[in-house]
Amino acid sequence: MNSLAPSLPRPARPRRARSRPALPLPGTARGAAFRQIVLNEARLAWRRPVALIAGVLLPVLLLVIFGELPAFHQALPQLGGLTLFDAYVPVLIVFSLAMLALLGLPIPLVSYRELGVLRRLSTTPVPPSWLLAAQGIIQLGAAMAALLVIFAAAVAAFGTPAPASPGGLVLSIAASIAGLFPIGLLIAALARTANGASVIGRLAFFPLMFFAGLWLPRAMMPALLQDISNYTPLGAAVQAIQDSILQGFPPAAPLLVLAGYAVVFGFLARRFFRWE
Amino acid sequence: MGAPVSVEIAHLRKTYGSLVAVDDVSFSVAEGEIFGLLGPNGAGKTTTAECAIGLRAPDAGTIRLLGLDPRADRAEVHEIVGVQLQASALPDRLRVGEILRMYESFYRQPADVSELIEVLGLAGKLRDFYRSLSGGQRQRLSIALALIGGPKIAVLDEMTAGLDPQARRDTWELIEGVRDRGVTIILVTHFMEEAERLCDRVALIDSGRVAALGTPAGLAAQARGGKSVRFLPSASFDDRLLTGRPEVTAVGHEGQHVVVTGTGELVNVVILTLASAGVTARDVQLDSSSLEDAFVKLTGRHLKDLDSEGATL
Repeated sequence: MNSLAPSLPRPARPRRARSRPALPLPGTARGAAFRQIVLNEARLAWRRPVALIAGVLLPVLLLVIFGELPAFHQALPQLGGLTLFDAYVPVLIVFSLAMLALLGLPIPLVSYRELGVLRRLSTTPVPPSWLLAAQGIIQLGAAMAALLVIFAAAVAAFGTPAPASPGGLVLSIAASIAGLFPIGLLIAALARTANGASVIGRLAFFPLMFFAGLWLPRAMMPALLQDISNYTPLGAAVQAIQDSILQGFPPAAPLLVLAGYAVVFGFLARRFFRWE
Repeated sequence: MGAPVSVEIAHLRKTYGSLVAVDDVSFSVAEGEIFGLLGPNGAGKTTTAECAIGLRAPDAGTIRLLGLDPRADRAEVHEIVGVQLQASALPDRLRVGEILRMYESFYRQPADVSELIEVLGLAGKLRDFYRSLSGGQRQRLSIALALIGGPKIAVLDEMTAGLDPQARRDTWELIEGVRDRGVTIILVTHFMEEAERLCDRVALIDSGRVAALGTPAGLAAQARGGKSVRFLPSASFDDRLLTGRPEVTAVGHEGQHVVVTGTGELVNVVILTLASAGVTARDVQLDSSSLEDAFVKLTGRHLKDLDSEGATL
């Protein structure tokens, strides 16, 4: 790891090393460079924690509030005998994933393009795609932290049953991430300014969260809305996660819907993303 | 002119739709030379520099940086070429030290960072956030990032824009120090004083073409008047063939014609030098105004630019 403090001895490199081609960074140095990028991205996320508050703190807070309301712990026939609280656990998980994917991921990327950071990086040995990868890691890390806290609180404090199919749950969450992050990347591709990305992200987030059941649990939706919900990314994510927790290995349909979003939006994001 | 060639650009052309930004620009820069691209705004200087560093794909022409193609050999080129771009900011909430450490880690053989920040006056700023830096400090950080990789070639676009006179002079000294270590420097500027003070040679760019090329003193001498020979060469040749002669102060291009300015027996020198390279000069005219006109026109516009910039500071 490089340090600023001790003055590096001037490298005894030849003044005219024309014949020696510069090699790409060796593996360990590449790792060090990538760690530096991730470290600085983490600092930035921490110093302007809008995404962390909205994507991690807010769903955890909602979970605690719902958990404290007695009405949320009555089994309801409209929910097939589920409590409202149990119905909201997967919704809040998806809330966190969607917030980080649709707003947390694209806004910094677009602001880097706007500032010229991506352009500057593309003149260095480090490709600007590393910044995108670092952002993905940061958002993924935040999502994992939120998920762990939500699960731990739901199971330990509020009596949600342990997942019926842990493997199915992991798969469902992985599929949700794979389906949602490319949507965020497409937003990053289409928005010209960070403000624009924030507007598009919110315009996508709220209607999609409606179909995830944030205002009305999916089980209470009219049949038509439920059918639509099944084909929205957040609706499919809630369906797969809820089934994994309460019933067992999730059915193929929501996983395939999420895989479809991953492929289509992944392709579109790749097609339209611009580094400058 | 004994030093090996570091940067070679031949017949570069770049268009944006119907706009021709760069129209047949050629020049070569020797190792350890400070070479200026001087001209009014919109002349094509920045586009030329951006093509040279591989940020833009030229429509035609060849570019070689120490023998490497900036687009085909991009990984190697990025390791040895440091770039400072115009209007390129950094995240507000990173500290100067954090930014420097990150960019330092990108390179195999980084420069002496503590010396760099000392010379650029950033030593006391390492813990400051980018957003709290003044315009001049941001500019100096940007220069530091261009040099942090220990480049063999540095391309600096309007490097002293926004700097106060003292910081400007300090930066010039830094650049001279960097050059003394054998680094080739391409300086994009519309600031005449900077070009005169720093550059070994200058290409005056106007409307996407090299209007004149020579030492600052030579170009200035031309502006005051001097002999000028205008001719049509039978074949293309390297300008350095002529600029290497003591009688020649500058070589310029006007369409197919070449204009050579200088002193002494200029016509004989030009014809004999070309003949030795197998090139014959046709349509030879003694001409004493065209290059001078171009120069006055360019400096005139440049001075206007500078005034308007001064007004906004």
